[in-house]
Amino acid sequence: MILLDFEKPIAELQEQIEKAKQIGEKTKVDISGTVTELEKRIETVRTDLFANLTPWQKVQISRHPERPYTLNYINAICGDSFVEFHGDRTVKDDKAIVGGFGSIDGQTVMIIGHQKGHNTKTRQLRNFGMANPEGYRKALRLMKLAEKFNKPVVTLIDTPGAFPGLEAEERGQAEAIARNLFEMAKLRVPIICIIIGEGASGGALGIGIGDKVLMLEYTWYSVISPESCSSILWRSWDFKEKAAECLHLTADDMLHQKLIDGIIKEPFGGAHNDPDMMFKTVKEVIIKHLAKLTPMDADKRIEKRINKFCDMGVVKELEPKS
Amino acid sequence: MSWFKRIKTGITTSTVEKKETPEGLWFKCPSCKNIMTTTEHELQSYVCVTCNYHSRIGSEEYFKVLFDDNDFEELNPELESADPLKFTDTKAYTDRLVATMEKTQLKDAIRTAIGNIDEQNCVIACMDFSFIGGSMGSVVGEKIARSIDYCVANKTPLLIISKSGGARMMEAAYSLMQMAKTSAKLTQLAAAGIPYISLMTDPTTGGVTASFSMLGDLNIAEPEALIGFAGPRVVKETIGKDLPKGFQTAEFVLEHGFLDLIVDRRQLKPTISKLLKLFAN
Repeated sequence: MILLDFEKPIAELQEQIEKAKQIGEKTKVDISGTVTELEKRIETVRTDLFANLTPWQKVQISRHPERPYTLNYINAICGDSFVEFHGDRTVKDDKAIVGGFGSIDGQTVMIIGHQKGHNTKTRQLRNFGMANPEGYRKALRLMKLAEKFNKPVVTLIDTPGAFPGLEAEERGQAEAIARNLFEMAKLRVPIICIIIGEGASGGALGIGIGDKVLMLEYTWYSVISPESCSSILWRSWDFKEKAAECLHLTADDMLHQKLIDGIIKEPFGGAHNDPDMMFKTVKEVIIKHLAKLTPMDADKRIEKRINKFCDMGVVKELEPKS
Repeated sequence: MSWFKRIKTGITTSTVEKKETPEGLWFKCPSCKNIMTTTEHELQSYVCVTCNYHSRIGSEEYFKVLFDDNDFEELNPELESADPLKFTDTKAYTDRLVATMEKTQLKDAIRTAIGNIDEQNCVIACMDFSFIGGSMGSVVGEKIARSIDYCVANKTPLLIISKSGGARMMEAAYSLMQMAKTSAKLTQLAAAGIPYISLMTDPTTGGVTASFSMLGDLNIAEPEALIGFAGPRVVKETIGKDLPKGFQTAEFVLEHGFLDLIVDRRQLKPTISKLLKLFAN
């Protein structure tokens, strides 16, 4: 398990356990008491740490290299039933967004999500989860397929942003995202969106318009990453912790601002500490929400979806309208 | 060998005899350095007569260019930005707002109005770049949403003039969601069968391009306007190479298939008028 910088006290205690075990082996002295004692200390330290996480620390957890990514969720939730579909039928297949039909408890669902890589090679292949226009267009093609056959859509969001490359501009990154926002707003089947890691700006929103938008406990969602915000507003990357606070980007903040519909609790220490538990929770949440959304009349569901997004924002109205 | 030779060196006119020119009488084109009178510049819809450079103008000027006799009624002029996140960077957001309002005499980065274009009713929502870089916060989203409601209720076509650096960081996720809000609202306008023309002007980037700007029934732009998702500096840093000439200009975007036409500002009113007529009849 890779520990993050703020988890250093835990790393130190783990080291002490290792040392105690080595000494125990060498000297044949019973050290089980010490080990249990230290393990207990680790638990208390971790509980304390996780009870008082700063926004920046949550951002760090959301980027933990061992955190499960979209395909891990899909394989755990749909098992063998999942079939991945490729390509946007225009330019190419974007590996930064994956999608396909899968079965959840007998119900066929279109699952689409950003995909990151687990090592250098796959990270490159997946372009670090930064999609090009064809990724968003593939996502839309799959959503339209789901709509045609009346299957609900689930999107899993985990991206540091839409890719800001030269070809992305040539092929209309902005148009691709805009089109998705427009089409998702009026898609006739239920849509559930879950932020499972990073929710950065338009790149996240591009597959993020849903009847239910949910965030895992240690994820973030905002208009810009704390680092970029820091470099623009303070002209230096050193203010990322402060930027993370200013942006109010945690799941709790987002729920408080009424910009998401709910938070999904993560296992103690984050999703990567107990991925199976995380998959089980996410599956249950999807089933629960689909059961409520599916019986609704499509027009009503769309109206409710649009109204929800239209209520977002805070303005001052100086003279009340007559 | 030059034809003329300077005999006296430097400026010889004494300070007392210096002739002052009244401010604002002349306009010097920042592109070709040609000088013309401001009256002439205004008559040319703020376009340079020699090199066709389109100066950046605001809602006041666009309304003047487009509405018959500059006669219009502003919709929801009373909306102002709140500070829901108590955002402070090098300056508090509220202070920034007050200072900008004072400087620009504007309430926020967009003004919406109803008036006539060649006797045809039209709602124009026009962004102002001078207000915090034309950034989209809750007010921009709300004003566009209410304009769309007005258009649906009154069966009026909509023209949105974009000029923006993108989302307003000081409203964080609220500003991000304005992309969703405006795009969702446009589905209602589309369902009502009302035409929406999107005019992109210099510059149109970020969250604005990636939402309502690119969703016009017709996407049009002013010549040489910068139009893109990521800013050119960011793209350059990403690819680590110099950008090709003309990258992200209106002409570039049209060649790649995302614009219907590019219109010289002096032809803007007749063009919009013609399009509205074609939609109506």
